[in-house]
Amino acid sequence: MTTKLFGEPVRRREDPRLLTGRGLYLDDLGAGALAAAFVRSPHAHARIRDIDVSAAIDVDGLLAIYTWEDLPGALAQPLPLLIPHPALTHGRTAHPLAREIVRHVGEPVVMVVARDRYLAEDACDLIRVDYEILKPVVGVEEATQSAQLVHADVPGNVGAHLVQEVPSASGRAVREIIESAPHTLAFRLDIERSASMPLEGRGVHARWDADDRSLRVHSSTQTSTSVRMAIAAKLGLPLPKVEVIAPDVGGGFGVKIVHPWPEEILVPWAAMTLGREVKWTEDRREHFTSSAHERAQVQFVRVGFDGDGRVLGLDVNILHDHGAYTPYGIIVPIITSTQLLGPYKIGAYRVEFSSIYTNTVQVTPYRGAGRPQAVFCMERTMDHIARHLGLDRTAVRAANFIQPDEFPYDQGLIFQDGRPLIYDSGDYPESLRMLKEMIGWDSFPEEKARAAAEGRTIGIGVGCYVEGTGVGPYEGGHVQVTSDGRVHVSTGLTSQGQGHETVFAQIAATELGVPLERISVVTGDTRRFGYAVGTFASRAAVMSGNAIALACRKVRDKALRVAADALEADPRDLEIVDGEVRVVGAPGASIPLATVAVLSNPLRYAFDEEAARATQFAGAGSSFDRPPVAPGEEPGLEGRDYYSPIRSTFASGMHAAIVETDPLTAEIRILRYAVVHDCGNLINPMIVEGQIHGGVAQGVGGALYERMVYDGHGQLLNASFMDFLMPYATEVPAVETAHLQTPSPLNPLGIKGAGEAGVIPVSAVIASAIEDAEGLVIDRMPISPSELFDLRRAAG
Amino acid sequence: MHEITLTVNGVVQQVAVPGRRLLSDCLRHDLGLTGTHVGCEHGVCGCCTVLLDGEPVRSCLVFAVGADGHEITTVEGLAAPDGTLSPVQRAFAECHGLQCGFCTPGFLCTVTALLRQNPAPTEEEVLEGVSGNLCRCTGYQNIVKSVHRAAEIMAEDR
Ligand code: FES
Ligand code: FES
Repeated sequence: MTTKLFGEPVRRREDPRLLTGRGLYLDDLGAGALAAAFVRSPHAHARIRDIDVSAAIDVDGLLAIYTWEDLPGALAQPLPLLIPHPALTHGRTAHPLAREIVRHVGEPVVMVVARDRYLAEDACDLIRVDYEILKPVVGVEEATQSAQLVHADVPGNVGAHLVQEVPSASGRAVREIIESAPHTLAFRLDIERSASMPLEGRGVHARWDADDRSLRVHSSTQTSTSVRMAIAAKLGLPLPKVEVIAPDVGGGFGVKIVHPWPEEILVPWAAMTLGREVKWTEDRREHFTSSAHERAQVQFVRVGFDGDGRVLGLDVNILHDHGAYTPYGIIVPIITSTQLLGPYKIGAYRVEFSSIYTNTVQVTPYRGAGRPQAVFCMERTMDHIARHLGLDRTAVRAANFIQPDEFPYDQGLIFQDGRPLIYDSGDYPESLRMLKEMIGWDSFPEEKARAAAEGRTIGIGVGCYVEGTGVGPYEGGHVQVTSDGRVHVSTGLTSQGQGHETVFAQIAATELGVPLERISVVTGDTRRFGYAVGTFASRAAVMSGNAIALACRKVRDKALRVAADALEADPRDLEIVDGEVRVVGAPGASIPLATVAVLSNPLRYAFDEEAARATQFAGAGSSFDRPPVAPGEEPGLEGRDYYSPIRSTFASGMHAAIVETDPLTAEIRILRYAVVHDCGNLINPMIVEGQIHGGVAQGVGGALYERMVYDGHGQLLNASFMDFLMPYATEVPAVETAHLQTPSPLNPLGIKGAGEAGVIPVSAVIASAIEDAEGLVIDRMPISPSELFDLRRAAG
Repeated sequence: MHEITLTVNGVVQQVAVPGRRLLSDCLRHDLGLTGTHVGCEHGVCGCCTVLLDGEPVRSCLVFAVGADGHEITTVEGLAAPDGTLSPVQRAFAECHGLQCGFCTPGFLCTVTALLRQNPAPTEEEVLEGVSGNLCRCTGYQNIVKSVHRAAEIMAEDR
């Protein structure tokens, strides 16, 4: 069938627009809008004594200056805590503009609106804020020991504390099992802060229509529907009077799921107050110090195992750095603690985390969301066990794998969606077999020896992960066939460059039997679809993809019903091919879908040719004993449906890398990188591979370069692209990929998510490879050449 | 305010700008050519790269007055007047050399200049050529592939 496009590497439909400069990103909108800019705290912890704006008010083109005291009603309240959790006993969020205390460098204190950004910044520079500097708390260990508090009413700086324990089958406690295991190891791991760093920062543009009392907001968000609800709630507007649109968005990687950002409600409020269009476009320094970071954790591991490397008991204690606030709850440490087990069947597991406040930028999910830390922990553990027993690292992993016939497999934990952590499908032994073959695992010792003979140091590393993808609660899809035969698909979740327009069109084309060119897709526009959750956690394809497929099936059913009437056939004998409804096996008998759309909508007025064919006077011979729209039917050929899963799907994968370290300079170079990836059925392999490539690149950044360097005063020392190192083309290896497809039994399309997979195991893999090359233990990431150099020296 | 004249994508444009106005802001906000993107405003990401008299420059590091009297090509000027995509643009579409597309205009301008100077670059030369531009989405290998493919298309077209 020509329209079976599911599974094909279809070229992206977004590209022509983006390649010619016709993309519409946030800052491309609102020419002539007023510009907002912010005075942000230069201190990590301080009390605001006074704000003096007198020098700023003469700035040419200035329209307004706002401080917390100017904010009305709900806007003056703290920002919402989006995902409460019983373990988050001391959740704290910021005010949109600081009220009395600032808790990290970059916290917004004053908003200025002026004719353009230059002038708004001029005014910001002239505003004097008098601060009483308080002692900051930086770093989780200091935070747990310090007498200093980030929030005066949060004892010990501990915002949340959660323990989950899965005892052994015999019911014995984990710690007891570890004590009595044939082998026991204990060690500590450190992972530093990184950040999403999309190349387009955040931005908001708002237009208030005073006559209609309605607000239209564009935001570079990962969740337009929720921003809309937040704006309506904070500004006291009826929901139908607020529309939020996510235009083309230049990457998100997690940071743009937080909402509302202070600016997302302040800018619309300023637009309402001033009766003018207002826009704010974040600059890069603002992004570093006032959006969100992730990753930083300290982990204490105790593991007990047998002589084959089988893990009998695992006990992990995590200190999680939450930064100054918890707007997004404790999703990150929950994911770390529950995804830690990966593809393994662990005898007994106990995990405990404390989420700690520090005077640094808040921590919210960044691509992978807590999983890179989890996988680092588990895979380091596997490598430690292998080294201790003198076994092959892949053999230890294989000894612990959940077997293909054991799905669905219940890990006995509660996952981030509040539901049991039950893996749906997978084939881990096959995945490892494929990976070992691809990278040449078994023959690597000879390769290593050959390199050594040439004076080169190389090492190989491996890492496995399982990723909960496609988390609920739901997404929806709407599909409409218009009388010109075009198909209009909309879904509420947003796109930040993943290619949703293309994959959703592929799904619709396949389900409806319509050529791709006739399908248009709109995402993230609340005018088109108002119910949605958002784009995060590798959920878009699973959630909206299935919802769109279900909506298409409704449309298809109706189309066959209407066409069956017209063709005097049984709907069961009909198929849709190339936009035509045909009688199977009778090529002559067919009717275009466009005509079906016309027939489905009886009209009174003839405004064009198609409408003329649908007026009440056109259907001569139709039955006079039933209404033009039959009971239970609706006019038009359209359908809406939702997909709401009982629980997450579980994608999985394994990565391997070969690295070379320079004997003198300790420079680390990745020679090869291989990925076996299982995200169930592939909608578009080209796009999935692109997601893997991008993920691995971010993982390489996290493994070797990216870290947020805070000094003891809570100053971020590297808040620019000059100093926060993200990899360029010269640092990222080509990624070799292979796909394994174990379809998910949980959804109609059998798919699992693929957005984050690439990034998750990279730090673990690179650590494993460096360890193999150097014969040293690597227990903290990222690792720089100078750190490797120091490790070598310490080892003598 | 300074009255300046820029020839942008072949069109002569006169514009009045304050001395401190960045070329990137002038192109985007004064001339409405929003294809040129700003990712850092400190000269590192390369998103804002345009061709100034054929040479790639970071428009966030140039004052608009400094470009007075010069020729500028932005991403909007890469395709043929009839809309046919340039070989570089075609190659990026073919090889999935973009995801969010935010870095893309900078890459397209950089690569256009690169291939003009060196129509058949080696792998090393391609890496070197694009190593001043950040992309947070693609992981680069498809961008590198796109550059080779663009070179191929240009050779075929000749
Ligand atoms: S915006 Fe000019 S180099 Fe980043
Ligand atoms: S495609 Fe998104 S930054 Fe390059």
